[in-house]
Amino acid sequence: MLRYTLRRLIIAVPTLLLIATLAFALLHAAPGGPFDSDKRMLPAIQRAIEARYHLDEPLWRQYVRYLGELSRGDLGPSFQYRDTSVNQIIAQGLPVDATVGLAALALALLVGGTVGVSAALWHGTRWDHAPMALAAVGISVPVFVVAPLLILVFAVALHWLPPGDWVAGSPSHLVLPVVALALPYIGYVARLMRGSTLEVLASPFIRSARAKGLPSRLILWRHALRPALTPLVSYLGPAIAGLVTGSIVVESVFGLPGIGRFFITAALNRDYTLLVGITVLYGAFIILCNLLADLCYAWIDPRVRLR
Amino acid sequence: MSARPAGERIPMSVPLQRPAAPEPPAASPSSVPPARAGAFWRLTLRRLAAQPTTRVAAALLAMIVIGCLVIPWLSPYDYYTPHFDLLSRGPMLAGAHLFGTDPLGRDLLVRVMWGCRISLAVGVAASLVSVLIGVAWGAIAGYVGGWLDSTMMRAVDVLYSVPFVPFVIVLTVLFGRSLWLLFVAIGAVSWLDIARIVRGQTLSLKQREFIEAARVAGVRGVDMISRHIVPNLLGIVAVYATLTIPAVILFEALLSFLGLGVQSPMASLGSLVADGASDMQAHPHLLIVPAALLSLIIYCFNYLGDGLRDALDPRSR
Amino acid sequence: MPDPSAAPEPLLQIRALTVSYPAGAHAGALPAARATARPGARPARAEAHLEVVRGVDLDLAAGEILGIAGESGSGKTQLLLAILGLCGAGARLRGSVRYRGEELLALPAAQLNRTRGARIAMVFQDPATALNPYLTIGRQLTEVLRVHRGVGARAAERRAGAMLEAVHIADAARHLRQYPHELSGGMRQRVTLAMALIAEPQVLLADEPTTSLDVTVQSQILALLRELRERTRVAIVLVTHDMGVIAELADRVAVMYAGTLIEQAPVEALFAGPRHPYSEALQRCVPRLDGPPPQRLASIPGQPPDPAALPPGCAFAPRCAYRLEVCERSAPPLVQAAPRHWKACHYDEPLGRPGPAASAAAAATLAAGEVP
Repeated sequence: MLRYTLRRLIIAVPTLLLIATLAFALLHAAPGGPFDSDKRMLPAIQRAIEARYHLDEPLWRQYVRYLGELSRGDLGPSFQYRDTSVNQIIAQGLPVDATVGLAALALALLVGGTVGVSAALWHGTRWDHAPMALAAVGISVPVFVVAPLLILVFAVALHWLPPGDWVAGSPSHLVLPVVALALPYIGYVARLMRGSTLEVLASPFIRSARAKGLPSRLILWRHALRPALTPLVSYLGPAIAGLVTGSIVVESVFGLPGIGRFFITAALNRDYTLLVGITVLYGAFIILCNLLADLCYAWIDPRVRLR
Repeated sequence: MSARPAGERIPMSVPLQRPAAPEPPAASPSSVPPARAGAFWRLTLRRLAAQPTTRVAAALLAMIVIGCLVIPWLSPYDYYTPHFDLLSRGPMLAGAHLFGTDPLGRDLLVRVMWGCRISLAVGVAASLVSVLIGVAWGAIAGYVGGWLDSTMMRAVDVLYSVPFVPFVIVLTVLFGRSLWLLFVAIGAVSWLDIARIVRGQTLSLKQREFIEAARVAGVRGVDMISRHIVPNLLGIVAVYATLTIPAVILFEALLSFLGLGVQSPMASLGSLVADGASDMQAHPHLLIVPAALLSLIIYCFNYLGDGLRDALDPRSR
Repeated sequence: MPDPSAAPEPLLQIRALTVSYPAGAHAGALPAARATARPGARPARAEAHLEVVRGVDLDLAAGEILGIAGESGSGKTQLLLAILGLCGAGARLRGSVRYRGEELLALPAAQLNRTRGARIAMVFQDPATALNPYLTIGRQLTEVLRVHRGVGARAAERRAGAMLEAVHIADAARHLRQYPHELSGGMRQRVTLAMALIAEPQVLLADEPTTSLDVTVQSQILALLRELRERTRVAIVLVTHDMGVIAELADRVAVMYAGTLIEQAPVEALFAGPRHPYSEALQRCVPRLDGPPPQRLASIPGQPPDPAALPPGCAFAPRCAYRLEVCERSAPPLVQAAPRHWKACHYDEPLGRPGPAASAAAAATLAAGEVP
């Protein structure tokens, strides 16, 4: 198990390096420098700024410096907010993202999982067809469609929930963003779990378990659930990546002060360091989640561990 | 079992089995003689058409495709000329503004149909590109095997970890918005899934007897891949291609929603949704119409892909 | 009606068992076979059900080994599954299956579970897939005891270890903590046997227990089965297509063809003098090591029938060298041909000489093979 973890870590490092290098390349390949704003600057000031941001050094030296800073976790200063570092901005937005993201993930797994497994148990009846049709709809409607529609219905028309903004500690402000973000994943998870549960229930070893006279509930929970979860665990990596992407949209629609919104403003204001810094963060996060998902998979499926 | 002296009951280790009844046709066209390959696809089509839901989905898509081709051509309005006397009106029959007008007085129906054109064109074209890349990558990796396979699949694993939407956003910010960039970026993302699937299929096909037979007959390399392996992949590739299209459409719509896709006055369904969202309190039709159409297109493609997958699976009936 | 071999009440009593599936289940599976159905064949029943087991009567006495021989498609596996109510979705069971007088067919699952595993146990063909790859061996063994006998965790583990030793797996404690994929095929099959017998059932249903194993392991498993029967007096129903296994292990044999029981006899009687043309033809198909080598290997002409298109009358008639006119019209009932020997055949003469309806092909087969 330890060796497996080590092997996975070893693959993660070059991936991270690749993302960092790509980010660096993009940063310096952009047409026009980062200070190509409308204001003209005195050459002296321009030189001072370049020195401060080390833009006058040869490229390879900047790359090494960049990697060094990165390995210390320093993502550099923001170009928009001259006195704030990217790290500080991220730290500011992180609690919002964490709350919304985790809540959405939990919702997707619990609701989707329950619906999916139940649909499999009620296979062929309307308790199978109806939820699956709804799940298909959930997958097909994009996040940026659901979010405004939810606002339209629940905030504007019905006045049940607030239309946006972030009020720390207020659960009602969380409901719509979390639901909007989680909706397609509820659908994916439900379909996935239904399919894999059906497949597992048709397996020969489930027939053996029935032949042993074990009660149905025991068969479901001890024999069927673990194998049925493996495709879900495989899916977690892409799912989390999707949640990250979706959070960008949700935060901009609902006006939540999270990292995603900073990302959008950075894009609009050409704040390259912030932009690239957040991208590297996203990349690292996804790699970490994939690693954790792989470890979960090995924990569930004993056949994988030996390799 | 060892032979026993005659006289003692000789163990008769002979199976009672007679030659089995002909097996159900394998789910692939090239493992049967060419004359029957057409029959395979016709059977698949028939099974696909047997489901009422897939018929409805296909019909709806057909209507949308026809509509987006025909309506802008027939309509007296274009998608970019503003009419300042008819700002943001709801759907009305007068002047045949069936979906109403947008904040600049442009007919929403025509704009939405143009949006469908863009979405469908980008969707189908980018999917085609990713299918080609993915099939080639996966088939070669799976067939050649060994270190080439490991390397190619490691590359896929690494690429999977790259957060694509942020990256594409960064690209569009840095290099400006263009349809071409969109196209390349989306195509570059979507081939990963297909590559993995194709590689898995190729690996299992390699074990099949007809590949061995072909190899014994002298077929090698590129010839083997193109004549024997790829035709057998067509089924699963068709399924995933059909399922890639809605994912691509979604991606393009997302980028357009964020303002990073098509440029105004050209409209994509995503940008129309964005425009509608900002004005939805006063004029909900501006949001609802493009949102509904976009969702419908994606839903129908998903359904078709699922139906195709079921039609090709010999076990699922 | 077959009588029990000894005076005491049979442990398992099966009467007129019929298992059928809705026709759609088979519609996609055998399109080619349907195309070759004979004209005039009986069409699928009005409610479109395919019968895979048709009116089987069987008895099983305590401690005896009953072999059920037949080719794939003869219904022998479905017969076993029907006893424990494990047939697939949509299956319709008719008739009666009594275990010690208690009717099993109509029981709801909750009550049937008390019989499964604890009184009647089953082992399946492929040990690789019969065990749950996600659970340890120990878990899969102990849960039977804990569910059926209420045994505590520690005691269950001890008994699981003892059971593994009983099936000749050494170092039981280590293996209890292992997962199925860490064991070899032969060991896995031993584990499935241990799992089946740990709650000390009185009947063991074995569906082709040695088919997926190689020959050396096969003989070990057969020896193990024999030893377990000696020790625990468990009755075994052994389903196989391998006559050699039957010869090695069984006390009595029942031969199935196309869902019906066509012959039933003590094993020596069946091999010495089969009374049904199918059993006789099977034996003739075996190349023998004594005597001159045959010119051609014998085989039975034709194919087993498609359950969707069963011929009227005897199912074997189209391929039978001894067929009479009555065979095509009415299915022969199971009648007694000798003490404890039953057959379902209209032809009453001793077999071995070409019958009146023998075709040229059948005669050639008889000539090319050995004369029994």
